[in-house]
Amino acid sequence: MSILHYWRALWGIVWRECWRFITQRERFISALVRPLVWLFIFAAGFRSALGLAISPPYETYILYEVYIVPGLCGMIQLFNGMQSSLSMVYDREMGSMRILLTCPLPRWFLLLAKLLAGTAVSVLQVYVFLAIAWFYDIRPPLMGYAWVLPALMLSGMMLGALGLLLSSLIKQLENFAGVMNFVIFPMFFMSTALYPLWKIKESSALLYRMADINPFSQAVELIRFALYGQAHYHAFVYTFTAFIVFMALAILGYNPSKGMMTRKGGAG
Amino acid sequence: MNQDNALAINDLSFSYGSKKALDCVAINVNAGECAVLLGPNGAGKSTLFALITRLYDAREGQIQLCGFDVKKQTGRALAKLGVVFQQTTLDLDLTVMQNLTYHAALHGLGRKLARERIRQELERLNMYDRRFEKIRQLNGGHRRRVEIARALLHKPSLLLLDEPTVGLDVPSRQAIVDYVHGLTKEENLAVLWASHLIDEIYPEDRLIVLHKGRIKASGSINEVLQAADKPSIKEAFYALTQEAQV
Repeated sequence: MSILHYWRALWGIVWRECWRFITQRERFISALVRPLVWLFIFAAGFRSALGLAISPPYETYILYEVYIVPGLCGMIQLFNGMQSSLSMVYDREMGSMRILLTCPLPRWFLLLAKLLAGTAVSVLQVYVFLAIAWFYDIRPPLMGYAWVLPALMLSGMMLGALGLLLSSLIKQLENFAGVMNFVIFPMFFMSTALYPLWKIKESSALLYRMADINPFSQAVELIRFALYGQAHYHAFVYTFTAFIVFMALAILGYNPSKGMMTRKGGAG
Repeated sequence: MNQDNALAINDLSFSYGSKKALDCVAINVNAGECAVLLGPNGAGKSTLFALITRLYDAREGQIQLCGFDVKKQTGRALAKLGVVFQQTTLDLDLTVMQNLTYHAALHGLGRKLARERIRQELERLNMYDRRFEKIRQLNGGHRRRVEIARALLHKPSLLLLDEPTVGLDVPSRQAIVDYVHGLTKEENLAVLWASHLIDEIYPEDRLIVLHKGRIKASGSINEVLQAADKPSIKEAFYALTQEAQV
């Protein structure tokens, strides 16, 4: 298989995912409405209830809306990662996943390409969200919009890989709702997306530990620092390691000789 | 192995946990030959297809596509294969052209070559004029045609069809049966066609009767009739698979 073949396949997979997203207008709008509701309603309501001390990467006192924006970027990617995996379970049930998996390229590459495609869609969503936030007077430094791109790519890949792993474990579409409840909500609420770690520590040491080891927290911090032109090495290493672990397990899950596929049965 | 051997399966067994789905299956399909895999529901046809396409891994036995081992030379083997699955695998929200372009990209075809092949295949199936329509707008028969066109885009040596005519009306079914049989002659294509519909068999086809994961009979129509000691395919099929109904 030539490099050109890999490139064409990668392009084909990314193009299909982006095209599907753009043409599914409802999906596009609902992906934006969720974080905007949090920003315009939840954050506005919480502004006075939650006092935030000056802490990096912020150099001054900030409004709660400013604090919550990186967390909402992470939320977009978290939901997108899960939605991609949901669509993979759907694709597998409906069969289009078979077309992908029976093309003459290694499975790890196909899964990675699928992941990249999903990440590209989530980055697109985040930038549209950031553009709306800019009009709402949440304006990180201009360079931050460029710095945040690699951070978003990595966090999107990590969360997408988690979704991929889950999709390899889920037999039926119906089982997915449970995963949403057991994965998305705990990950989101037990993170630094809505409140800083030191605030969580004030309430519960256990919650603080859990939020600290939550890979989503690290992804959010990576985005937060990058958006203000700073590198957060610990968050980078943590998110990258989580991506490698989730991806390796997902590849294993989709491996026809080792994974869950054959144990599920179901073929006639 | 025979030079013309597009598909060679030897001693293939497969289980879902303790339930045996395939038991010592051996099948050969040569270039220019249409082999019809007949079996009642649950005979193991779809499992066999999942193993040939390497969606599942064959732990016992061997599958070769044009001489390439599916397990050891997966990429080269799968490049020789075109598949039409039982369920439709088209993206309903994309157009015919977009679906086919996506498939061509997965098989590494360049844009110009892909466009040319898409035109050729769609024209042969009288679908070229509908290339900009969304799949959702097409009826079942036309969707199947698009899937066949897609399976042929990369010029495979073996075409696998898993009950492709299920749910279609008689004229659509007949058109697909005729078209695929024509391909074996015109393109020297090897075809493995899973079905439980006896009227889809042509006189020159090779029959393979699969029942409860085992090959009950294999050969020309006459050979299968002799093996079952029955005068018609229908009766032979029932005789060979009757224990399933008990």
